[in-house]
This record gives sequence, C-alpha cells and structure tokens, in this order.
Amino acid sequence: MAAPKKGRGPSGGQGRPGRALALILIAMVALTGGMFLSGHTTPRLGIDLAGGTSITLEAQNQPGKPNAINKTNMDTAVGIIERRVNGLGVSEAEVQTQGRENIIVNIPKGTNSKQAQEQVGTTAQLYFRPVLTVQASGPEAPKPSGSATPSGSATPKPGESAEGEDKPDAEEATGSQATPSASATTQGRAVTGALTKDDPTPGASDKPKPSDSPEASPSADPATAKLQEEFAKLDCTDPKQRSEAGQNAKPTDSIVACGSNVPGSYEKYVLGPAEVSGSDVDDAKGAIEQQTGEWIVSMEFTSKGAKKFQTITSRLSQQQPPMNQFAIVLDGEVVSAPSVRTALSKNAQISGSFDQQSAEDLGNILSYGALPLTFEEVSVTTVTAALGSDQLRGGLIAGAVGLALVIIYLVAYYRGLAFIALLSLLVSGVLTYTIMSLLGPAIGFALNLPAVCGAIVAIGITADSFIVYFERVRDEIREGRTLRPAIERAWPRARRTILVSDFVSFLAAAVLFVVTVGKVQGFAFTLGLTTLLDVVVVFLFTKPLMTLMGRTKFFSKGGPWSGLDPKRLGAQPPLRRSRRVNAPTEPKEA
Amino acid sequence: MSRLGNLGARLYRGEVGYDFIRNRKIWYGVSILITITAIIGVAVGGLRLGIEFEGGAVFTTDTKAKISTAQATDVATEASGHQAIVQELGNGGLRIQITEVGTAKANEIKETLSDELGIPANDINADLVGPSWGEQIANKAWTGLVVFMILVVIYLAIAFEWRMAVAALIALIHDITITVGVYALVGFEVTPGTVIGLLTILGYSLYDTVVVFDSLKEGQKDITKQTRFTYSEIANRSINSTLVRSINTTVVALLPVAGLLFIGGGVLGAGMLNDISLSLFVGLAAGAYSSIFIATPLVADLKEREPQMKALKKRILAKRAAAAAKGESPDEGPEDRRDDGSPDAETAGTVIGRPRSHGRTPGKR
Repeated sequence: MAAPKKGRGPSGGQGRPGRALALILIAMVALTGGMFLSGHTTPRLGIDLAGGTSITLEAQNQPGKPNAINKTNMDTAVGIIERRVNGLGVSEAEVQTQGRENIIVNIPKGTNSKQAQEQVGTTAQLYFRPVLTVQASGPEAPKPSGSATPSGSATPKPGESAEGEDKPDAEEATGSQATPSASATTQGRAVTGALTKDDPTPGASDKPKPSDSPEASPSADPATAKLQEEFAKLDCTDPKQRSEAGQNAKPTDSIVACGSNVPGSYEKYVLGPAEVSGSDVDDAKGAIEQQTGEWIVSMEFTSKGAKKFQTITSRLSQQQPPMNQFAIVLDGEVVSAPSVRTALSKNAQISGSFDQQSAEDLGNILSYGALPLTFEEVSVTTVTAALGSDQLRGGLIAGAVGLALVIIYLVAYYRGLAFIALLSLLVSGVLTYTIMSLLGPAIGFALNLPAVCGAIVAIGITADSFIVYFERVRDEIREGRTLRPAIERAWPRARRTILVSDFVSFLAAAVLFVVTVGKVQGFAFTLGLTTLLDVVVVFLFTKPLMTLMGRTKFFSKGGPWSGLDPKRLGAQPPLRRSRRVNAPTEPKEA
Repeated sequence: MSRLGNLGARLYRGEVGYDFIRNRKIWYGVSILITITAIIGVAVGGLRLGIEFEGGAVFTTDTKAKISTAQATDVATEASGHQAIVQELGNGGLRIQITEVGTAKANEIKETLSDELGIPANDINADLVGPSWGEQIANKAWTGLVVFMILVVIYLAIAFEWRMAVAALIALIHDITITVGVYALVGFEVTPGTVIGLLTILGYSLYDTVVVFDSLKEGQKDITKQTRFTYSEIANRSINSTLVRSINTTVVALLPVAGLLFIGGGVLGAGMLNDISLSLFVGLAAGAYSSIFIATPLVADLKEREPQMKALKKRILAKRAAAAAKGESPDEGPEDRRDDGSPDAETAGTVIGRPRSHGRTPGKR
C-alpha cells in the first residue's frame, strides 16, 4: 500500500554514514594495495582470451568398479597428468578437477599443444609384467635377436651398446623384507650406468646379437605367433606405433610394448600377463640409499601385492636374462624393467642409474600410476592469441557500450541521483576488478569470456539495486516527506527488496557454479561474486552516500536536476495529515 | 501532467493504472498461446543444436585463406569424410564446421586444412567436442535448473508465501519455455553460450517478480482489517505502483545485454558473446512481461480462493453496493485518495483510479 505503516527502520546507518564509507574506502585501498603488492595487477586470463589449448577430460566409468570415480582418484589423476604435461617442458600448464568427473587441462599459448594433448589423452594404468623378450627398436630393426644380460653388459662393446640393449639391466631390483636397504648391485649398476650414457643412437646397428630369441618364450600357440609377428613389425621410434603398442591390452594377455631408457632411444619388449597391478603398490618414492649415497626407488607393497610380488620375483630370480626382468608398464609403455636377483616381498628397491629426477619420477609413477580410471577427451579448444585478444577486446567494448547506455539512461531518468549510482558502480567495478585480480593467484581464478559476459550482465543487476532504492526514496517524497526522512524511511523497505532479489540471483549463481562445469561455471562465479559485491556496495556505499548527499544543498533543495524534485515527482501532501510540506526548500524532520 | 515523474507519481498513488488483474484472462490467454506455439515449435522444428552438443569440430581462422570458401568446403569435406559447413567471417577468416569427428581425427583434419588454406596450424582455432560433452553440459544445465527451481520455491515460500512461490515458478517456466521456443522457431543455433544465457534468466526473471511481490506483501498486511480493497485490487495496485521500477530495472538490465548483443553480433561475428546475449535478451524481455502480467495475477487468483479473502470480497462488494444505492462514495479513507470504488460485481479486480482514468493505460514511454 501507499502509506508505510512501519516506522523508521531501526538502523540504516543514518547516524554514521561516514563510518561505512570509511570502511569501504579502506577495503578498496587494501584490495588495490594488495593487488599491486602481489604483482598481479590484471586478472589472470583464461585460455579463450589469452590463447592456448584447453582440454577437458571425462573419467569413464569402469565396469565392475562403480565407485572408482571419487575425489582421491581424481586428484591422483590430476597429479599424474600434471607431471606428464609439465614433463614436456610445459611449465605453465594447469591441470584441475572440475565437477565430479572432469579434469581440465589448460595449456598456454606457445607450447607444443599437440604433444601435450597426446600426453594428456592417454590412459594411466600400471602393471608389472614379466619380460619375455627385449630388443632395441629402430626403423629397420632386425629380427628378434636377443637382449642384454647383466653379465653381458659388464663387458660392453660399442656395437652392442649402440643397439640400446642395456636398458633392462640398467636398473635392478634388490632388497627384501629382511634387508631392505642392503644393496648388492653396485657392480652392475656402475657399469650399466656408464653404458646408458654411452648410448645416444640405439637401433642404428643391424647386427643381430645371438643370445636369446623370441622362440624362447613359452608355448607357440597362435596367439604367441601373432605376438611374435607384432613384435617383429613394431618400430618404437615411430611415435604412432609407440603410442599404440600395448594399448587396450587386457592385463591377462601377453603384449608387445615399447620403452625408453634414454631420450631418443627405444627398446621393444614382449611381456607376459600382468602379475602385479599398480594398485598393489602401497607406496613408492625416490630416496637416497644410505650406504652408497645413490638415488634409488623404494617400493612398498600392500599385503596382497607383497604375495604377488613374491611369487613373480621368486620365479624370475631363477630365470636366465632377459627373462629375469619384470617390466613396469604404465599405459602400455615400459617405464622401467629391472632384473630380479632374489625373491622379494613387501619391500623392494630398484637401484640403477637414477638421478634425483628419474628416481622421483619412477616413484611417482609407481605410487600414482595405478589409476583405476581411464579418461576420454570430450572437448579440446584451441584458441589463437589473435582470436583471444579479439574476444577480450570485444568483451571490453561491449562492457563499455553497455555501461555507457546504462549511465545515459540513469542520467536521463534520475538526473542528480545518477551521480550516486555512477559512483556506486565505480566502487563496485573497482572491488570486482581487484578481487578478480587477486583471485587469480589465490584460487586460480581465470577470467574467461563467459566471465566477462557475467561481469557485463552484472552492471544491470547492480544498477537495479540503486533503482529500487531511488524509486523508494521518490515514493517517500511523493508521500510528502522531505528528503532526509524520505531517504531513511525508504531504506528499510528498499533494503529488504534488494536482499531478497539479490539472494535469488546469488542462489541461481551458486547452483550453477556447483552443478555445472566448464564455461558455465566461470560465468556463474562472476555473477555470484558481483551479486555479493552489489549487496556490499549498496549497504556500505550507496546508502551512506545517499544520506550524506541528502544533507547537501543540491539534493535537499530538490532542484530539477537533483532527480528528487518534489514538483516533478508530483509530491502531494497526505490529505489528512497535519504535516504538509509545500515548500521543499524547508527541510523538516519527520 | 505528461511528464514521466508525474506519471510515476500518479501510478504510485493509483490515480492512473492499468487493471492487470481484471484483464488477466486476456494475458493468460496470450501467454498460453505463446507457450503452446513455443512447445509446438520445439516439438516440430526442434532445436538447432550447435556442434558443442552433437560432437564435432569447428575450425576458425583469423586471416584470409588462400582458397575460396567453396574450395575450403570441398577440402574439409574430403578430409573429414563428412559434409563440412564453411562460413566466411567478418574479418575475412573462415569458420569450418564438421560434425561427427573424433578429437584424434580432428587433429589430422587441422593439418590438412593448414596445408590447403595456406595458414599455419598454430593460427587455426579449433574447437573439438566429443558428443558426450554436449550431453553432459545439457544434463548439468537441466540439473541446475531443477535444483534452482526447488530451492527458489522453498526460499520464496519462506520469504513470502507458497502461493507467490508457485506463481513465480510458473512465471519462470513460462519465460524459459518462451526463450527456448524462440530459438526453435527462429532457428538460432543452440550453443553452451545459449545455455548460459538461459540459466542466467533464472535469477533475472525473478528479480522483477520479487520486487512486485515485495510490494504486494507490504500491501496485503492487515488486509482483513479493512473493507475497502479486495486482494486483487491490492495486487493490481502493487503492480502499478512498482511499474516504473519494473520498467527501469528491465531497461537497465537489457542495456548491457544489448551492448553485448551489438558487439558480439555486429563486430565479432558469431560467438559466445552473441549466444549468451541473445538468449538473455529474449529471456529478460519475457521475464519482465511475466512478472507483471502472469506472476502477480496468478498470486491474486490463488489468494482469492482463500475463505478469508472470499469473505472479504463479499463484505466489500456488499458495502459498495450499499454505497452505490445511497449514491455516495464510502471510500474516502484517511490515507488514500481514491474517490470511487467503481463497484464491479463481475470480477474482483476493479479499476483503481478515478473515473476519468478508468481503463486508461499508462501510455507509451
């Protein structure tokens, strides 16, 4: 109804408008100062504005593992993907989970996005498989010939080393439950370590080395024959063949796979069925071996894994090289193939020519490589820097145009009041900008195109709050009140309207943020942030400023340019009230 | 008296006004008609889903290619094995759209295009989307929509009352249906940007509704203690007194969106900005309409079913009839300036205003 039945609201900050203004001023100064101190004076830009590649992965449900997609697994996957992508020298790539089953990989412009994409796209499953055959692999690889043995590698010949067959014995598994740190591998390690370094171009030699042959692998059924054929054809120096080898194989099958011990050199393997899986590894890390001071990788198995590992190692330790090796296979690729000297159980160490990096890497692979998840690339967006800056410019121009239109409308309709609205919008803008800039380093917030849209749309939401308040003030003036009481009386009711409608807006933004993924989320975040800031600005800035302005001559006189001219507003004193205010220049307190 | 400020004042006091409540059936009819059209549009024509929902690849170039658009179409079609759609963009670049290609295949196509178009692969923007991704976005959008609706109904039921919550929900569904319908009928492409815009309407469409409801809530206080206005009349008055506010908030909300639409559509060509702003524009307009013509009249309809309100209406009508028989106006209240009750036995909604403004609309602004 027209006449408010309520009295003046309890608060409204009428008495101390300065305090609220000071508060928001301090907040602005603090945020701006913090922004400059942190060195992030612009919001971090998303891939679509800065250019680069953004890959969205979706975890695939695994049959028989209904709860495989959980936070732990997703975080582990993020760790592995991060390691892989950054392993390419992409230092600024960011990998993060989004929603329940998505991982977003953002690769900035200027890096080899194609290679990164390949790395990201592969699945991550870790198995320990016994080695049946191993061979250097090159474009013209010879027929399966043989493989290195620990003894052979002790007396290296240049021709042999050129074939890169040192790989399997470059690392050796040792240790046991009883003597976990005991190492008896110094001899072999030193030699093979040297071999590894001497081995720049494997596969260059076509000299067969008659020491072992694929025929040595158990049984000669058709599957094995097929495997041999595959093995013969496999060329690990071809990236395509390399990435396809060993993929999509069942753990229970024998497979062919590639491995690389030294960058640029490859070995190919025939591997038996998986006997231990990555999930059997409880923990693994790179560590310095106390006695020798060299880098090793220590592994600890789960109790179930320990049994399995004991079975495989006790059998392998009886075998002749290369069949005394087991291969650690990550995503169908052999990451390490240590040979086994004794039966091992719960604790084991892999020693060899590790440096800190490679030991920690292998440790990570062993602990985290055992992902029970496979991922599918559901979306890949590549934006050139040119398009990115175009879009950013477009967004900024659109924002400027929108802002200008709003200001023109406000000035045309609200005259002097538009000044207050303008200042409030400015404060809101400063707060939004500084907070966005600070959120970049703080929580990894990146401004993307939808977020820019959200900010532009928010101009309207913010201005709407002012309109609600201004209209209420004008209503009060129409009731015949003078400006100062009108400002105070209008506030409690406008405040409620603003809170309710902002709450609804915020609810929409919050629901969108929680439920959705990708671009929608960026938009929802900005919208939610600006809605919150709208409340802050209206309470701490617009209202106090209005109170202060109500004391100035310009507004209280109610001139035609103040936007509060009682005559223009058609103020009519209440009929049955004694308090008639026909002379607006005479402010009266209610 | 033609000035806007004065019109606002007269609307505020109820001197002029449009009887939204009495004419509600007309507007219900209009809305039902539009909604049915929208549903038919979606059912028959269907939505034109963008590549993001169906899976496929979109390549855009910033610079002019060395071959013509028609040639580019052939190259892309041949490379992908699917019919490619090639558009020329405002900046001379090309937009090549191919459906049903996987992400691996898309990389090959990109290389081929790079060779044929004479543009380095690094200067080609690519958007590769697997079919499950669009589905996921759409599913999550629906989930968000439903969760939001449930929460907002609960909130409005607490903040106001359940009748208003129901009315707001109906208005919201109405807005979204209309927006989706416009997309189906006009044949705009639906992209994730469209979905974002659509979801934003959620909060925005309710903004105006909440403003009117807030005023209505104030007005209906102590309603049973007076015998001058029926609920519908109060509701109508609430709409009229907040009309200026509703118009202003809508205009101010639409202006930045218009800026986006202009820049997004006019300067940048098709893209995310355009998609978001287009659906927002349609949705906001529908939202402003529904908060005035649908939501509040619905509340009045629901309220008038209450026994209390029925009794009130009966009392008021009886009083007015008696007054009319006596030939005088009974309604000169202490706070209100209404001169005439305009007795109307047919509908509860009575024109609020002086006789001279009976049935007059506020006029165009």
